[in-house]
Amino acid sequence: MMQLIWNGLIVGSFYALVALGYSMVYGIIKLLNFAHGDIYMLGAFVGFFTLSAFGISNETSIPLLLVILLLSMVTTGLIGVGIERVAYRPLRRSPRLAVLITAIGVSFTLEYGVRQIFGPNPEAFPVRLESRGVDLLGMRITASQIVLVVIAAGLMLVLAHIVERTREGRAMRAIALDPQAAQLMGVNVNRVISTVFFIGSSLAGAAGVMAGAYYGSIDFLMGFVIGLKAFTAAVIGGIGNLYGAMLGGVLLGMLESFGSAWFGGEWRDVFAFAFLILFLTFKPTGLLGARVVERM
Amino acid sequence: MARRLDLALKHAPLRAPAPLFERPRAARGVLDSQTGFMRALGVVAVLFLAVLPFIDASRYTMSIAISALIYVMLCMGLNVVVGYAGLLDLGYIAFFAVGAYVSGIFTTVLGWPMWAALPATVFACILAGIIIGAPTLRLRSDYLAIVTLGFGEIIRITANNLTITGGPSGIHGIPSWDFFGWSFEDGVTVLGLEFPERVVFYYFVAAVVVVVGVIGAGRLARGKLGRAWKAVRDDEDAAEAMGINTYAAKISAYIIGAVWAGLAGQLMATHLSAISPNSFQFLYSALILMAVVLGGMGSTPGVIIGALFVSLAPELLRDFAEWRFLIFGVLLVVVMLFRPAGLWPATAILPWLKRDRPQPPPFTSATAAVPPSVLESPSGAPDADVREGGRG
Repeated sequence: MMQLIWNGLIVGSFYALVALGYSMVYGIIKLLNFAHGDIYMLGAFVGFFTLSAFGISNETSIPLLLVILLLSMVTTGLIGVGIERVAYRPLRRSPRLAVLITAIGVSFTLEYGVRQIFGPNPEAFPVRLESRGVDLLGMRITASQIVLVVIAAGLMLVLAHIVERTREGRAMRAIALDPQAAQLMGVNVNRVISTVFFIGSSLAGAAGVMAGAYYGSIDFLMGFVIGLKAFTAAVIGGIGNLYGAMLGGVLLGMLESFGSAWFGGEWRDVFAFAFLILFLTFKPTGLLGARVVERM
Repeated sequence: MARRLDLALKHAPLRAPAPLFERPRAARGVLDSQTGFMRALGVVAVLFLAVLPFIDASRYTMSIAISALIYVMLCMGLNVVVGYAGLLDLGYIAFFAVGAYVSGIFTTVLGWPMWAALPATVFACILAGIIIGAPTLRLRSDYLAIVTLGFGEIIRITANNLTITGGPSGIHGIPSWDFFGWSFEDGVTVLGLEFPERVVFYYFVAAVVVVVGVIGAGRLARGKLGRAWKAVRDDEDAAEAMGINTYAAKISAYIIGAVWAGLAGQLMATHLSAISPNSFQFLYSALILMAVVLGGMGSTPGVIIGALFVSLAPELLRDFAEWRFLIFGVLLVVVMLFRPAGLWPATAILPWLKRDRPQPPPFTSATAAVPPSVLESPSGAPDADVREGGRG
């Protein structure tokens, strides 16, 4: 029981990190960034590439992981900004369908670009976290799990601080409310949107590195399912709401953990997606989302 | 006075208002009108389909041709959903899977003949369309996209886990089409021409289904329902204000798309005689979407070109087989950025017809508003042929 909760918390923190990026981008420009899951995958591969270039393998040191984490976050953040600049910004005034299709194209490009570079087979992530653990309250906790949860929580705290306490965060919230009015008030809308893409993508990249270190293997399609799951998490929490994304991620992790314990692991994804459909049907605004009034 | 006016009006001949300016006569030739040209093109395509097995009936050619036909069918179905109704469906392959699995299970487990499984396939697809469409079509389009994506994964994983669907190895030994005891596998000789292979026969079934499917989807799009779809696509709120039941329009587009995909799935199940969950990955949903977008959303010739490109490209460019998904992804972005209406847009006009559009009458003076023909002819009744002009 406690073990299920703990496992759910670990997986949920990955989901929450990816869901935050989804939710921020959606909140600010109402775009479903399909490529977001692939940014997560890119994060893992950036870490893999850097470590392989230095000839490091089978390391277990946590400081090294932190360095790689930072590096991947910056790289994926820049990639996210680049994607927004090249593929999404020219289409900002187009029909929604056009942008969605472009996002799928970007996702495809990233997945199969990585496949062309690193090959279709899974790669072993060079930094592994030790799996020695202690038994506590009937659950088995390893040091690496604690590190991951602490990193995830730290990143979320930083993000919450940025959005709620800084000038840039205030600009983001203003654009989410009304981009035109924000522009009239002197907010540099394009720059703020780039910042949002940077933050969202770097969080996804961080989650990718952490998942690589946690599961030990990475492949070019690893972002697809987690992209879907993170979207589910964002919807459960209320899309566009930061705390909603965190709550939704952790909740989805728990649900999956219990769902696979009760129905069997092979039904885990079905369980998660069924939840998505149920939520969209009965409570499309999510747990913490405000009711959205469609304007014409 | 008033009475005389009444009488005069009573006996006055009923007249249609005269047109403001003369329009050119309606073009009727093959090369002179858009409709005529497209019809001729369609006839040529159907003739080519009918003649192809007599030119080259090798197993390889037939196999490629059948899979190209199945792609065309799938793309026409997705075109109804994405192109006409503007609903982004990313799990479209799920309906293909439903069609393939339902026909596979009915023919192998229950031992029905293939034609008898046809109504079951259609019914299952309608049901699947309603199950996934009913709750989600009230949502906004981007939610719909990701829910359909999830639905596609649910269907694939379910097929992978259940025993009736054969688990990861799928269903084998799906029989071919047979009619009243005579199976395609027997082969037949007509007029001295030998039709040895099951493949050749099967090709004809696929060709007939696909031709009917293409024409059917094209005609649906021109009818009342099709106009409702396009209105919903262009502006849902305005369409609703005009009295269109947008929900009904969307769900009917969804169901028709599902049925088209299901029929394609049944064709594929008989074509390969074995199906497995791996044939129904998200990748294929994306490929079909890619074909529709590349060719031109809502444009029948464009979608066919896109389907042929996507299905034949790996055969023609064998050296690029590794690269094709990357190329497709880049193409998708490039097309959306620079040519969002696709290679053959739905509103395309043949290039040699572009210059002789009706010219607006020159407004040099107030009298120009009344054309001379009305003043000169005593009857004032317009020529019927002139009013019928314009191109379809």
